[in-house]
Amino acid sequence: MAITKKDIEHAALLARLELSENEKDIYTSQMGSILKYVENISRVNTQGIEPTTHSVPMKKVLRDDVATSSISNDDALMNAPEKDRGCFKVPRIIE
Amino acid sequence: MKLYNLTIHELHEKLKKKELTSLELTETFLKRIDAVDGKIKAFITITRENAIEQAKEADKKLASNKDITPLTGIPISVKDIFCTKGIKTTCASKILSNFIPPYDAHVIKKLKDAGAVILGKNNMDEFAMGSSTENSAFFTTKNPWDIERVPGGSSGGSAASVAANECAASIGTDTGGSIRQPAALCGIVGLKPTYGRVSRYGMIAFASSLDQAGPMTKDVTDCAIMLNAMAGYDPQDFTSINAPVPDYTKALTKDVKGLKIGIPKEYFIEGLDIDIEKSVKHAIDVLKKQGASVIDVSLPHTEYAVAVYYLVATAEASSNLARYDGVKYGHRAKDSKNLIDMYRKTRSDGFGPEVKRRIMLGTYSLSAGYYDAYYKKASQVRTLIKRDFEDAFKKCDVILTPTAPTPAFKIGEKTADPLTMYLSDIFTISCNLAGIPGISIPCGFTKDNLPIGLQILGKPLDEETVLKVSFAYEQATDWHKKRAGV
Repeated sequence: MAITKKDIEHAALLARLELSENEKDIYTSQMGSILKYVENISRVNTQGIEPTTHSVPMKKVLRDDVATSSISNDDALMNAPEKDRGCFKVPRIIE
Repeated sequence: MKLYNLTIHELHEKLKKKELTSLELTETFLKRIDAVDGKIKAFITITRENAIEQAKEADKKLASNKDITPLTGIPISVKDIFCTKGIKTTCASKILSNFIPPYDAHVIKKLKDAGAVILGKNNMDEFAMGSSTENSAFFTTKNPWDIERVPGGSSGGSAASVAANECAASIGTDTGGSIRQPAALCGIVGLKPTYGRVSRYGMIAFASSLDQAGPMTKDVTDCAIMLNAMAGYDPQDFTSINAPVPDYTKALTKDVKGLKIGIPKEYFIEGLDIDIEKSVKHAIDVLKKQGASVIDVSLPHTEYAVAVYYLVATAEASSNLARYDGVKYGHRAKDSKNLIDMYRKTRSDGFGPEVKRRIMLGTYSLSAGYYDAYYKKASQVRTLIKRDFEDAFKKCDVILTPTAPTPAFKIGEKTADPLTMYLSDIFTISCNLAGIPGISIPCGFTKDNLPIGLQILGKPLDEETVLKVSFAYEQATDWHKKRAGV
């Protein structure tokens, strides 16, 4: 499965990245060799093996529904690049 | 002996006996930072005023003998991945270069509650992605043993700050070796606890199923003291383990008689530095002489660990790093046409090349048509890697290996080819995939006088045996007493 520049452009769009032509070329070649290396795992027989997404066995925990305080509106907004009337402000979404 | 060379437990004795105040000690370390950090570059931010305030508070406790812990008044540094209330937290990224958290990470709160004094925030690879600190958006940290070489990474600033005696101890994070590999390359002790032992709350996420915080210290006793303060259940982290926290210093008995040490043949491979191989084999003999028995074990899926890691970690990273969108905090690109354009410009400006590469790799391997071949397959091989350890630990109590295949490499030596850099984590990655604890402790020097690390891996939640074996080895040798000539 050789990776193409078109694949890179598609992944960049999904990842909300904008790459220069130069970056696209570099990533096509670098990701090509990384993927070739990781494809080694296709040699392993994994028939019937459950995937591990978490290394430590977990139980679901039920907690009492206790109300606690959270950070203030001012604190939540203190790092906002742009804010307006207690809200985060973003560029127009609906044209 | 200079004060700044001392360990936490040595400094604690002096503070307790009133031979020294925390303020004097804190000022000593701040002067030390002023003297050497221009060369070492271990700190992104130095929190001078806060440190002095915390030292004065600690001195009040010490004077009244109230609420004293082994960390009261001890100056430490912390990796810039931990949120610190009111103090800039960058993760060594341009995208967070102006971020000031409104809260403390759980481990920061615990260390502050224990009375530790925080001197500043350490440099690292951007978002903990790297093995050399060369991926920091700001600068590269230098190895105190040879400033032309890297300190390792991603917790390279933390390791260098300890090795250069700019603090008594530090804390780092380890996703695929980011505590242990820099500890090895800088000649200090670094422990990655069992996944879930230390809360991840307020620790900026890279790969959530692998990330774990841990201590980086000058000796094993300090490591146990720091772990005592850091470990414990935290309901704010849903993967936190609700198990009692033992007093880890009680495990430091030197008694390894009858303990079984497993040696996996898959870790003594071609490409392993000859001086490292000799030192590790010598360490095995030292433990044998103390009464431990040594057996061969096999971890047959080791050769796939790096591949599994770079699929699992990048997949998780591509999802975790979606939050950096220029809306709520951090950098926002100017002059964008619409919201999507703002996202793309912000992220392209804000992330460095390695972070973008990993987001791309993770996004690609999770995308339609590739999920089964990459992410799912990697998660299945992860199961087999975990089973390798379960089988090995039926026969032994700990597993002993080199921490890294080579000593500290030259700055710039591995930056051209990402894959070469990834392979420097070859011995540390499996431990994160399996969720088990692992430590690196000093076990010698190469002929070029570069530190060598010995890795000891243990059963889940059995940090005590890992520390016991580490302490027995350390006390039989002098490596931990060597200080870099900075």
